[in-house]
Amino acid sequence: MPAPKTLYDKLVESHRVCSLGENDDELLLYVDRTVLNEYTSPQAFTGLREAGRRVWRPETALGVVDHVNSTRPDRDVLLNEERDIQSAYFAKNCTDFGIELFDLFHRQQGIEHVVMPELGLILPGEVIAAGDSHTTTYGAFGSLGFGIGTSDIEHLLATQTLVYRRLKNMLIRIDGVLPVGITAKDVIMAVIREIGASGATGFAVEFAGPAISGFSMEGRMTICNMAVECGARGALMAPDETTFRYIEGRPRAPRGAQLHAARESWSRLRSDPGATFERTVEIDAAEIEPMVTWGTSPDQAAPISASIPNPDDEPDADRKRDASRALTYMGLEPGAALSSIRIDHAFIGSCTNARIEDLRAAATVLSGRKVAAGVKAIIVPGSSEVRRQAETEGLDRIFLDAGFEWRQSGCSMCLAMNDDVIAPGKRCASSTNRNFEGRQGAGARTHLMSPAMVAAAAVAGHLCDVRTLGTA
Amino acid sequence: MPFEPFTRLTAHIAPLRASNIDTDVIMPKIFLKGIDRKGLDAGVFHDLRFLPNGTPDPKFVLNRAPWTEARFLVAGDNFGCGSSREHAVWGLLQLGIRAIIAPSFAGIFFDNCARNGLLAIEAGSDDVDHIMDHARAGAKVTIDLPAQTIETVGSTIAFDISERRKFMLMNGLDAVGLTLKRRDEIAAFEASYLAERGWLTEPERIDR
Repeated sequence: MPAPKTLYDKLVESHRVCSLGENDDELLLYVDRTVLNEYTSPQAFTGLREAGRRVWRPETALGVVDHVNSTRPDRDVLLNEERDIQSAYFAKNCTDFGIELFDLFHRQQGIEHVVMPELGLILPGEVIAAGDSHTTTYGAFGSLGFGIGTSDIEHLLATQTLVYRRLKNMLIRIDGVLPVGITAKDVIMAVIREIGASGATGFAVEFAGPAISGFSMEGRMTICNMAVECGARGALMAPDETTFRYIEGRPRAPRGAQLHAARESWSRLRSDPGATFERTVEIDAAEIEPMVTWGTSPDQAAPISASIPNPDDEPDADRKRDASRALTYMGLEPGAALSSIRIDHAFIGSCTNARIEDLRAAATVLSGRKVAAGVKAIIVPGSSEVRRQAETEGLDRIFLDAGFEWRQSGCSMCLAMNDDVIAPGKRCASSTNRNFEGRQGAGARTHLMSPAMVAAAAVAGHLCDVRTLGTA
Repeated sequence: MPFEPFTRLTAHIAPLRASNIDTDVIMPKIFLKGIDRKGLDAGVFHDLRFLPNGTPDPKFVLNRAPWTEARFLVAGDNFGCGSSREHAVWGLLQLGIRAIIAPSFAGIFFDNCARNGLLAIEAGSDDVDHIMDHARAGAKVTIDLPAQTIETVGSTIAFDISERRKFMLMNGLDAVGLTLKRRDEIAAFEASYLAERGWLTEPERIDR
C-alpha cells in the first residue's frame, strides 16, 4: 500500500517534472495556467525580450487589466486618455507574445481572481501561479494556486514551470455549525487571528469540516483568498458537488464527454485517510462572531462585541510593541468599544469580497436604508460580469438609493493604485484583505470586515454588529 | 536576469524591530507605476524615511549614522509579507541592501530575494535578538555565504540555506537559462501530462 497522501502532496506529485535537490524538497513544478496583470508583469516581458525568448504555451495565459485602472462609472467614454504607460505596454506584450488580453474596455474585464473562476478557467487538480499574492483564491476548487514575483513570472512564461520549494501540510478544521449571519470572511478572519499573520508561513493549508463544505464557491474563494494573510502559499479545499456544479456550463469550462472524464479524475482529489499533516488547527464554528480588525496587520482582529485591546495586557514583548504602534497609527484608545469607532469611508470591493453573493449580502443590509451623513461609500464589483448580474437583479438601484456609488470593476480602493485613495487620518470600513499602514492611502486607517458588516457600518456611521443593526 | 554574486561582506546592519513588515511599507504603491526596474531606491520605506514635506525623517534608522551606510537589515518575524510586488526587492538592492536577517520571511518575498541576489537569512529568534543588539550598538557584522556564517564581535552564528539557492546566489545565476537546459524533459513531461487530461487542451468551448 502506498503511503496516504494529502491533497497538496497529490497536486505537487502530479506536476513534478523532476527533482532539483538531493531530497526532493526543491523541484521543477509544471504550471497549468497563469493570469497576468499590468503592474507585476512588465519587467517579466522585458526580460523575455532582452533574452530573445518566447512564451512556452501562450494559450495558458490570460492578461487582465485590473490594478491601476479607474473604476469611475464614466470611464468607458474617457477612452484612451485613461491609458497609462503600464496598460499600453501590457497590451503590446500580450499582442507580441500571443496572449489573450482583457483590457479596460473588454466585456469580461474585472479583477483577475474574479474573472478566472467565472470563465471556468480554474479547474480542480490544476496548478496556477500568478503575479499576485491572492492567487491562493483558486484553492477553493481543489487546485493549487499561489502568488509569485516578477522574476518567476518570466520563468513561468519561458518554461511553463517554476523552481518550487515543497511546503509542509497544515489542516484547519472548522467543525460545528456556523451561527446565523456569520460569513466566510468572519471565518477566515477568525482563523488569521487564531494562528497569526505568519501562522501558516511555509505551509499549504487544507480547509475542511462541515462549515467549509456548507459554503458556496464564493464563500470558499473568500477563505482561500485571504489564507495568504496568515502566510499560506497554497490553500486547498477538496472539490465536491458544489465545485462541479459551479464549473459546469461556464464559458471556458470543459463540456460533454470531456467534462465526464474530468469529473472522474477530480473525484479522486482529496486527502487520503491517515495522511500526515505537520500541524492541525481546530476551530469551533459556533464560537465565531462577526470580525473586524483594529490594527495594521490582519491578525490584529477581534469580534465586533469586543473592546479595543490594551497592549499592556499582551504578555509577549514583540506583540505588545506592535499593538501599541498599530493603535497609534489607527488613532485608537484601548478600552473603547469597537462598535464606537466612527468611519469616514465604506468600501465594498476586492478579489476577497466583490462577487455576486457578496453584493447580494450587502444589498440585503442596505435595502430601504441610507448611508449615514458624512460617510463616502462606494461599491466596486469584482468583474464586469458581476456588475451586469447585479444590475439584472436590481441590486444597483438598492446601492444607489442607499447612497453608495456604483462603480465599474477593478482593484480600486483595496490597494489604492488608481484614483480611489483615502486621505491621511481618514477611516474606512472595508471588505478587503489588508489593513497595512498606508494600504488605502498614506496615513489612511483601514478596518477589515465582511461586506454585510461594511454595509451596516456605512448605515450606522460607525462599526456595528450587522445582526443587530436597527434593533439596538 | 543575472545579478551580482554574494560571497562575503562586512558592513553595518540596520535594526528594524517590528514584526510583519509588509511590502506595502517597503515599497509604497506610488512607486509601482513604471515598466522597468529603475529608480526604486527612492521608494524604499518611503513613508517612514521621509517626512510629509519630503525631507528625510531624522528618527528613521536608515537616516541615522552609522546605518546610513548599512548594507544589511535585521528585522522581526514575517518580513516581506503581503503583496507579491518584486519592486520591494529591487528597491532594497538599489538602496545597497545585500542581506536581510529575520526569524521568518513571507514565502513570495523570500523567493523574490533569491531570484535577485538579495540574501535572506532565516535565523533562530535568539540569534536574531543577539544580532539586533549588535545592530543597535552600531557594530558591523560579516556575512560569509560560502561558510554560511554571520560573524559578530565575539561570536559566529551558523545559518541554513538550500544548496541550490546558495549556488545561485554565489554565482549570480539566472534561473530561466538553467531551467531551459531541461527543455526536452519539460516537453516530455508536458506531453504525457496533457495526454491524460484531454479537458485541458480540447474543451468544447462556447463563446458568449
